[in-house]
Amino acid sequence: MPIILRRLATSVLILLAVSVMVFVATLLLPGDPAQAILGQQATPERLAALREQMNLNDPVLQRYFSWLGGLFVGDLGISAASGGPVSALLGERIGASLVLLVAASLISLPVGFLVGTYSALRRGRTGDHVTTGVSLVLAALPEFVIGIALITLFSTTVFPILPSVTMAPPGEAVWNYPLQLVLPTLTLVLVVTPYITRMMRATMLEVLDSGYVEMARLKGVPERQVILRHALPHALSPVAQVVAIQLAWMAGGVVVVEFLFRYPGIGQALVDAVANRDVQVVQALSILIAAVYIIVNLLADMVGILTNPKLRTGGTR
Amino acid sequence: MSTSISENTTTATPVLSADGLRVATTAGEEILHGVSFELQPGKILALVGESGSGKTTAGLACLGHFRQGLEHTGGEIHLAGSGQDGSILDLPESERRKLRGGAISYVPQDPALSLNPAMRIGEQIMEVLRVHRYGDSDAERRGRAAEVLAEVGLENDRAYLGRYPHQLSGGQQQRVGIAMAFACRPAVMVLDEPTTGLDVTTQALVLQTIDQLAERHSVAGLYITHDLAVVAKVADDVVVMLSGDVVEHGPTAQVLYRPQHHYTRKLLNAVPDLAGKRRVGSVAAITGEQAAVPQDGSASHAAQITTADRHPAAPTPAPAAHRSLLEVSGLRLAYGENQVLDGIDFKLGQGESMMLLGESGSGKTTLSRCIAGLNDDYNGTVCLDGAELAPGTRARSAEQRQQVQYVFQSPFSSLNPRRTICESVEVPLQMSGKMSRKERRLRVREALDQVRLGDSYLDRRPGDLSGGERQRAAIARALVNAPSLLVCDEVTSALDVSVQASIIDLLRSLQTDTGMSMLFVTHNIALARHISQRMAVLQKGRIVDLGSTEDVLENPQHDYTRELLANVPTF
Repeated sequence: MPIILRRLATSVLILLAVSVMVFVATLLLPGDPAQAILGQQATPERLAALREQMNLNDPVLQRYFSWLGGLFVGDLGISAASGGPVSALLGERIGASLVLLVAASLISLPVGFLVGTYSALRRGRTGDHVTTGVSLVLAALPEFVIGIALITLFSTTVFPILPSVTMAPPGEAVWNYPLQLVLPTLTLVLVVTPYITRMMRATMLEVLDSGYVEMARLKGVPERQVILRHALPHALSPVAQVVAIQLAWMAGGVVVVEFLFRYPGIGQALVDAVANRDVQVVQALSILIAAVYIIVNLLADMVGILTNPKLRTGGTR
Repeated sequence: MSTSISENTTTATPVLSADGLRVATTAGEEILHGVSFELQPGKILALVGESGSGKTTAGLACLGHFRQGLEHTGGEIHLAGSGQDGSILDLPESERRKLRGGAISYVPQDPALSLNPAMRIGEQIMEVLRVHRYGDSDAERRGRAAEVLAEVGLENDRAYLGRYPHQLSGGQQQRVGIAMAFACRPAVMVLDEPTTGLDVTTQALVLQTIDQLAERHSVAGLYITHDLAVVAKVADDVVVMLSGDVVEHGPTAQVLYRPQHHYTRKLLNAVPDLAGKRRVGSVAAITGEQAAVPQDGSASHAAQITTADRHPAAPTPAPAAHRSLLEVSGLRLAYGENQVLDGIDFKLGQGESMMLLGESGSGKTTLSRCIAGLNDDYNGTVCLDGAELAPGTRARSAEQRQQVQYVFQSPFSSLNPRRTICESVEVPLQMSGKMSRKERRLRVREALDQVRLGDSYLDRRPGDLSGGERQRAAIARALVNAPSLLVCDEVTSALDVSVQASIIDLLRSLQTDTGMSMLFVTHNIALARHISQRMAVLQKGRIVDLGSTEDVLENPQHDYTRELLANVPTF
């Protein structure tokens, strides 16, 4: 599988490039982290001591490498705001966000595939027009609009049945309050599904028009099997690319949704960290989100490779 | 409108009969106006027509299948062995589907598109067996798959069954398609141009396979094609279709040698023949017998016109050597380990037309793209008029670029659909930036006139034009800069025979009129005497035969050429 190894190597390189950019970007942030932590009244001696402690006086290159080295062993540094290790601070948050992301993907992927395929099979009929129209409208709405609309609909005056904010006591897992997860998850699902649906419909239409699908029908293969065996695998690999972009978007887009629902995930953590000039946390989260981006794209490429025997077996005759 | 079968040569009960078949688009336009024919067991009926004649629609209707946007509006199809007394078109879709692949099967035109690229070929054959409940166990079905592969002349061990379509050659893929169609021992096989795109040797092999299968197992075949030479080789009876009507029907010998309908005669006249006896095209230009002219490959009529300084009567043949326009030497190109071009050397004289013959994968298109500068990855030299051309068009001077012009295979994709013909043809002139708008327009009209398209085409878009007209427009675009070398890459292979004839005709007269040199790239050896004075046979990136057309055809040096010549279908 040299092709997969090559992709893997590229991904590692990209990740390294991203780490450089993240590091440089945080260097460029205005102000002085030590000053931010200690406040305006800090004495110069204390500032100097803190700078020494945070290794801010070391050469930039050395700081970069010690930070990068730390990433590999899970040492993300010390949070400037809380004084504790970043990894401990984020562990819980990452778990909470992951719950949201996984729940949203588990719903939106099958729904997107199913609705897209349904729409393609009903090409030009009412069912197709309705799904295309609805998905277009949803795709046009930004996530905070959808979120606010859902809150208005389900937790205020119309149907006050769901909580609009997450209020888990600190230290308790978010999934112990499943009702609180509904609205944030639903928001993400509604944002992501339309793209998957539309892409699925488009590639499915193309595949349904292909020679091998017609051939399968002319071989007498039952329609169900034609779709599942001959059409679907070919439609999935281009869709996998879109799914990857959507999943990756979710990792970043979750920031807005979490903020909206006061959800204690990485999004909230990122917003807080930027506000507090908590450089270590910002760096760790940026790298994390970038890594998610790269990994899901890598997975999408793998799906592409696995569903295409030409790539898998090489071009040998 | 509808036609009846005047002469029915056999009295046996037909396996399949189409009776007054009518098909229309869902918008209401009728495609088939009552088509009738009958298939006899063990015999092959050829359904002949050009694109748009409805022959594929009729063929698919036999399987009870209508493509998106088409619907059955009248007529019946009876299939013996279907277990149905009535027309199979009256059955619900699920019942019809049970017949497909079982009692009646289909071999598609392009196996590269019709075999599922993500499924192993053994599995694709097994699938049709499984769907039709052939055999009791997978082991038994695997046995049948192996058996049927052997019947079409392919290997059938486990490793071969486990191959993917892309690991097979075009001819092998088509034989897998035939094996798949034959797996359930159908009573009828519908073959939709199964040899289009294959070189003559592979075509001969595929035709032989079909013939044997039909005969040995009493399968009735419906062979859809536009190639009359192939018809002569495989068919027992012929039905000729013209825009949704059957215009002629009868035994092969009768239709081909004593055609009754003028359209059949027109089709027959358009078929290029290797011997060069027939005159392809209608204009009395240099075609047919005259095409085979020059013995030494230099003193062509065309060359005499352009090279005014040279006396046609000059006794010495020596000047021919100095007059070479294009010189290719040591051209090599490899993609990874795949050596596409492996040392190409040839010269092309001024005003000379040369055929570059090769099957798909032989490197002929790559070679022509290298010459035109569209591919700059090559090693070796390409000289035009004694000056070496840089690889890649960007590195060449504007004048050099104008000297070499290229016409692409498919006129359906080589013209921008959003531009009018005038705008498309004008582009090469704009590139030089020397002419005013008015001058350009004038030049465009001249070029369109050269390709016999009138002023009315100036403001039309490719969508309003037929395939032949589009190819003429594409040729006009190549001509506006008055090139000294025209590279024609399979320019007729996407076109019908009658259109091919007119394009060949046009190219020959253009070459004579303008004195340009021409490199005619094709896989169709039958065109040789109709287009070129010299020819080069390309196999796996090497020129295996090179010489005057006469020489190569009469006295081939290489086994490959001999094999091709032996397999050219003629009638």
